Amino acid sequence: MKLRHLAAASVPVLLLAACSGGGGDDSASGDGDVTLTYWASNQGTSLDNDKEVLTPVLEQFTEDTGIGVDLEVIGWSDLQTRIQTAVTSGQAPDVVNIGNTWAVSLQATGAFLPLDDAAMDAIGGSDKFVETALETGGAPDTDPTSVPLYGLAYGLYYNKAMFEEAGLQPPTTWEEMVSAAQSLTDPATGVYGMALAAGSYTENNHFAFINATQNGAELFDADGNPTFTEDGVVDGIVRYLDLMQADDVVNPANAQYDNASLAVADFATGKAAMILNQNNANATIEANGMASDAYGVVPFPAPADAESDVASHVAGINISVFGNTEHPDEALQLVEYMTSEDVQTTLGKPFSSLPVLKDAKAAFTDDPELAETFTQIYNERSAPLPLVPAEDQFETTVGQAMNRMFATIATGGTVTEDDVREAMQTAQDQVQASVG
Amino acid sequence: MATTTSTAPPVPAARTAPGRRRRRSGWWLPYALLVPAVLLEVVIHLVPMLTGIWISFTQLTRFFIRDWTSAPFVGLRNYQVALDFDGAVGRALLSSFAITCAYTVLVVGTAWVLGMAAAVALQRPFRGRSLFRTLFLVPYALPVYAGIVTWNFMLQRDTGVINQLLVEDLGVLDERPFWLIGGHAFASIVIVATWRLWPFAFLMLTAGLQSVPDDLYEAAAMDGAHAFRSWWSITLPMLRPVNLVLVLVMFLWVFNDFNTPYVLFGTSQPPAGDLISFHIYNASFLTWNFGAGAAMSVLLLLFLLLVTGIYLIALNRRSRRA
Repeated sequence: MKLRHLAAASVPVLLLAACSGGGGDDSASGDGDVTLTYWASNQGTSLDNDKEVLTPVLEQFTEDTGIGVDLEVIGWSDLQTRIQTAVTSGQAPDVVNIGNTWAVSLQATGAFLPLDDAAMDAIGGSDKFVETALETGGAPDTDPTSVPLYGLAYGLYYNKAMFEEAGLQPPTTWEEMVSAAQSLTDPATGVYGMALAAGSYTENNHFAFINATQNGAELFDADGNPTFTEDGVVDGIVRYLDLMQADDVVNPANAQYDNASLAVADFATGKAAMILNQNNANATIEANGMASDAYGVVPFPAPADAESDVASHVAGINISVFGNTEHPDEALQLVEYMTSEDVQTTLGKPFSSLPVLKDAKAAFTDDPELAETFTQIYNERSAPLPLVPAEDQFETTVGQAMNRMFATIATGGTVTEDDVREAMQTAQDQVQASVG
Repeated sequence: MATTTSTAPPVPAARTAPGRRRRRSGWWLPYALLVPAVLLEVVIHLVPMLTGIWISFTQLTRFFIRDWTSAPFVGLRNYQVALDFDGAVGRALLSSFAITCAYTVLVVGTAWVLGMAAAVALQRPFRGRSLFRTLFLVPYALPVYAGIVTWNFMLQRDTGVINQLLVEDLGVLDERPFWLIGGHAFASIVIVATWRLWPFAFLMLTAGLQSVPDDLYEAAAMDGAHAFRSWWSITLPMLRPVNLVLVLVMFLWVFNDFNTPYVLFGTSQPPAGDLISFHIYNASFLTWNFGAGAAMSVLLLLFLLLVTGIYLIALNRRSRRA
């Protein structure tokens, strides 16, 4: 008997120990009040900075609606794993920020609340969003499971003084960009025409997509199967790799840049005349000592004979509601609030984000020209990354293959078109293996 | 006297009682004390392992992750994909396996040699011995992350001290090589892992050496044995039991090493540093293909079991013969 008692007593203890590892969503607090758990991605200069920025905004929400919000800011390196764990365990927050390119992949898990017409009305109607931005919310012809929250777009940043000195105009085609970069490159003094985050698989896969799209190529066919070996895709990747390999306008050391901020630092300190970066580079550039009037931005140019002048993917953050939330209405109220014009304007500056609303003014910069350029790129010249469940696998397989090819080039090897095609075949096989 | 006669009868009665009552009171205590350990072992060790094996037979992808019991059963398909060395996935796994084997042999071998050398050098007392002992243990005592991130900084091409030393200060090389991408990445990770591991070998062998009696060395010295001879004929045989466990443990640790590549290379692991644990992590977590990842993990488990089994059987046979 005693033995059995002892065993019976130890079971709950063990279960408790097993459960305490996962975070809970103990949303209910006293008095019948509702408290939502909100996982925010890291947008500002640090997790603490995000907390400082978001806390007053969320306090205002609580004041307006009586709904409490329990905020947790999560770094980028952890966010996807945390979401994965939340999906698997069901121990999820009520509302969560996601990288918008994961939207369809996450939608496929079925763990998120589909935003049907009623839900869309609750958050202010689908009309209020920039169209291409809303497209990232889910697979085509489905109820999206996320809506845009913060918008970002790529631009080609150039150093005004260096361009002026060389008598150059900001480029409008790929060819002009390369020839400008060549005339500004001087390895002897350590100055290069361009700096790339060539060791970052996230940056690399974005440019695989953008260059392929400029060539009129698609990364997935209508059935969601990968088509990475298509000529346009291979050619686009070769073009991008050639900036380091054939055009010699990129310092081979960039192959180790696993973070966009490293390229930004080179740009800000005059070691590179141009960078390709999203519009949140401004804060980093200025923190590195470059004045805001010392640089200009133009859309990332396509080759003169390109099929499309797409200059960016629709970058940014979306906001989702977990399907198992006990408070769907309150969660939608929070989504409505976060995507309202006031909050978008408030957060635009500290988070360097573009408004995801149709007629809103960009607040991320005081420079009207810069705001205009990025708004135009975001609204008119950006296309969403493939809206298929295997999109995130495109990002990792192709992005990492490009890391390796840049590494080969940097360490003195050559990467031919056939090598690229072979690498894309491998990436495609890997994705196909899990698509089934 | 009256008391003795009245208490006497119960004694034989107890002896003749049926078996159940013959047990001493408190016989269950050892079992009860074992229960938490057994339960924890089952919950923490066995259940996840069996779950993993079960997952390896399913197609657990993003579509089923929310309710992973609903993932379709696909039999051995995940294993077929992983072992199809003509396909992209199997080929990558095989190359990662080969790299990991080379990595393990080099790291365990070098760590053992260094650990043994240091342990023998510090065997006899001398002034400052404890200082050296402390110093040698530093890499092992440092938090893994801090230690490896420091190496990451040191191995940077343009800003790292390694290139500063080799190229600028010593002039051994003309060009600054890359250490963390391309072919050199293998050498880098072997060096970093050895740096982390050898103090453990040193620690274990130092402990083992304490039990080797000094008279053996004295007797050997009287017989005219040189230092190497007494190491070969006394130290090595006396340390056999320690070495047996030490090499096995180091092999298992190094083969399964995840932290070193993960922290040293970040998300962009070079092909030359594609160790198998990290490879499996990439193949399942980054692609949400947990069935395939589980199948690869089970294959890894089987391989490690096989090697461990062969190792132990072979060594036991030898020691029985000896």
